[in-house]
Amino acid sequence: MALNRIEKLIESYLEGETSIAEENELKVYFSSLDVEQHLKQYQPLFSYFSQAKEEQFSREILLPTKKKNNLQMWSIAASVVVLLGVGTFMYLENNTSDDFVACSPEDNPELVLQQTQKALALVSEHLNTGIKSVGYINEYEESKDRIFKK
Amino acid sequence: MLLKKNKVSCNKLKRVSSSQYNNLQMQQKEFITMVSPFKDKIFRLAKRLLISTEEAEDATQEVMVKLWTKNEMLSELRSMEAMAMTMTKNYCLDQLKSKRAGNLTLVHNNYTDNQASLQQKMEDVDSWSWVEKIINDLPEQQKLIIQMRDIEQYEFEDIAKTLGMSEATIRVALSRARKTIREIMTKTHNYGIE
Repeated sequence: MALNRIEKLIESYLEGETSIAEENELKVYFSSLDVEQHLKQYQPLFSYFSQAKEEQFSREILLPTKKKNNLQMWSIAASVVVLLGVGTFMYLENNTSDDFVACSPEDNPELVLQQTQKALALVSEHLNTGIKSVGYINEYEESKDRIFKK
Repeated sequence: MLLKKNKVSCNKLKRVSSSQYNNLQMQQKEFITMVSPFKDKIFRLAKRLLISTEEAEDATQEVMVKLWTKNEMLSELRSMEAMAMTMTKNYCLDQLKSKRAGNLTLVHNNYTDNQASLQQKMEDVDSWSWVEKIINDLPEQQKLIIQMRDIEQYEFEDIAKTLGMSEATIRVALSRARKTIREIMTKTHNYGIE
């Protein structure tokens, strides 16, 4: 092989510009017995590259049985479905009870009555909670009277 | 009558599970044959980074298990190898990081230590384990690139994909690494044997 070419190849090898084929050419050259004296310094490098590729993984590969994994996947999927189900149920439940629909007494008097009742019930419910708290004020009034009248 | 029925369904169950087991075994065998063309490359890459053979073996095993659990998604062999290389790189770098965080230093079991006799040193100069030492002293990224290019002979395109870097960056790092190796080698060459 032309010495000139090898020197050029080494040059571009050091610049990171050689192709795989060219690098193989270098490997072949340095694995031969007649390497030029001034290029001998590169010999251990290329012979190391070739040798390092021979090392093998000697252990046996142990794989886990896949069943457990499947079970995990299924349990995750199941829990997601259950959560979604509960979520949508709650959502729908909450929505339907509070819904009011636009309607006029001419078209659908029954629905109007229903909705009015619903609205009134809602108002009175809130009112009742308000009144309940007023009860505490009465209690206060009574005890005050008891203390100051005596 | 009821008992009989029960027995029958029991048998059915058994048969199903055993066929499933066979199927699993087949899949495992198939996986191992798929993996065998590049399992050594993974081991060598891991060893380049982790240095100790045992740790590299553990890493390879770990990567294989990870790959196996992902197996269904990987149909193409080429992408499987690239993915395995990336996983190995990430796994090993993580290992190294956690080791440094834990204040443990890597033990270079495979080398003669610095106190080795002069004669030992002279012998090492010629043997390739000395080249190995130079490479192992490079920064991790350069080690990875040298391993993938000069030893495994991957194309730049594949190295770029595995390392998540541009081809130009890889060429620059590779050139730097090769020059560093050459420099250390010539120094010792001139001063050593001739």
